Amino acid sequence: MQAAAAQGAVGTRAPEARATARRPRALTKSGDPLVWKWVVRLGAIVAFFVAWQIYAGHVNPILLVSPTAIARTFGHMVADGTLPTATLQSLEVLVIGFGAALVAGIVLGLVWARYKVVDWAIQPFVSAIFSTPLIALVPLYVLWFGFGVSAKIAIVGSFSFFPILLNTYQGAVSVDPTYRDTARAFHATERQMWRHVTIPSCIPFIAAGINVSLGHALTGLIIAEFYTNASGLGGIVLKSADTFETARMFVPIVTVMVLGILLMSATRWLKRAVAPWAER
Amino acid sequence: MSVPEDGGRAVVDPMSAREDPRRAAGGPSVAPTAVRCDGVSKRFGGEVVLDNVSLEITKGSFTSLLGPSGCGKTTLLRIIAGLETPDHGEISLSGPGAAASTRPSVAVVFQQANLFPWKSVYRNVAFGLELAGVGRDAVERSVRSALEMVNLAGTEKKRPYELSGGMQQRVGIARALALDPEVLLMDEPFASVDAQTREELHDELLAIWERTSKSVLFVTHSIDEAIVLSDKIVVMGAHPGRILREFDVLMPRPRTEETTRLHPEFADMRHAIRELLVRSAVDPSGDGAS
Repeated sequence: MQAAAAQGAVGTRAPEARATARRPRALTKSGDPLVWKWVVRLGAIVAFFVAWQIYAGHVNPILLVSPTAIARTFGHMVADGTLPTATLQSLEVLVIGFGAALVAGIVLGLVWARYKVVDWAIQPFVSAIFSTPLIALVPLYVLWFGFGVSAKIAIVGSFSFFPILLNTYQGAVSVDPTYRDTARAFHATERQMWRHVTIPSCIPFIAAGINVSLGHALTGLIIAEFYTNASGLGGIVLKSADTFETARMFVPIVTVMVLGILLMSATRWLKRAVAPWAER
Repeated sequence: MSVPEDGGRAVVDPMSAREDPRRAAGGPSVAPTAVRCDGVSKRFGGEVVLDNVSLEITKGSFTSLLGPSGCGKTTLLRIIAGLETPDHGEISLSGPGAAASTRPSVAVVFQQANLFPWKSVYRNVAFGLELAGVGRDAVERSVRSALEMVNLAGTEKKRPYELSGGMQQRVGIARALALDPEVLLMDEPFASVDAQTREELHDELLAIWERTSKSVLFVTHSIDEAIVLSDKIVVMGAHPGRILREFDVLMPRPRTEETTRLHPEFADMRHAIRELLVRSAVDPSGDGAS
């Protein structure tokens, strides 16, 4: 067990570091740690599904359905168009809501970092809203925006806004002072300082904010689809639960899960691509 | 304070009367000054970091500021670079362009190279020129020649973190050279590279200096480094930060690390500076020169 954990830790490093880090620990004797990591990982996943499949055969199918039943239903729902349509509905809300939060969060974060007055004015509001469970505001959004798409976009937007805002601000105020000095020594104007130093320094922070924010956006999406008119993937979950179609309920859940995994991986890849220096 | 008015000017080296070959080569009899500091004082909180420091850097000369940590040598360099403002005293930079508000006549090389990791080597070296609004072709020409000067041609597309510490520092030097400044301000640029790389960089810097006739102000805490590189060594003491004495280094040029270390004057000078620094550390209230 301990060996597996150690191998896992080694395996998560950058490829070039792995080769050197491995040598002194003599893990080569038990094989390539990367191979081991994936053997253990896949084994755990297979074991989980096998156990689920066996257990599901012994309980009421309303409470739990087997993975194979979910897969079958998944196929039907893709074929009859319900799943693609719902996914597109959800994606529309997600993209617009998250996109608006991204732009607003970055712009406001930079303005907040730039002007002391804004900092003084905004602090209490940010702390207040940051400490409030945003779900408590959902009925208010319904009151303001109704039950349609605009309410859903507002909910997703407000759920994803804060991590971006806070990270952008944090990035802009924690620029390495030696970089500022360097730019000043080369007579950078304020505009040049922003363009060449502050904003590039923020990129890794913003990327981390996006990662957190996407998780919040997905939560906001499902909540929105539950509490406004039931549409999209969340809508299918709600309707299927009402009619005890458990397999139908699981399909959108799995879809959202896969969507989440894809989005997170995409952000990590994006961060590596746009801010490779922050990886070390 | 206890430092006499002319304390910073006392040149005691008996060889100092010898003609500097650089000055003799067609220049005016009185060498023009590139940087002049007049009675510069600076406090941080209660600490007097610089106490009435006056200093002149002859155009085209290599001057080192040498002293223990806390003697204000880096602060003085930062004041000359415009990164700090003195509480008292004046800095004047002569030469073309010095009157302009943008002070294009100095460029700084920092201790940790301070390259921007989000920029390629090319963009880092081009940084000062791009800020100044220099045209693309002129930038390219300057960057290429600056990188050639530090023997880094071909690394344009690399990112700073792909380079060794010594190479990063070379890029830092190229970034300053690309501006073609009158004065190069170097803040312990080789303090964080390994000993062998440091010696290589010394030789390279000496060669660059021979070729470009820049005025250099070089901050260091290494006596050997100061002797190998400099025409003039300004020895500073701490608490308060002040100039103890100036030494003229008259070993022949062109120099290399090796030839300078083997020169008979090297050991004498090393000894004299060491004595001075030890004495001032033991008795900080004295001016150390008496």
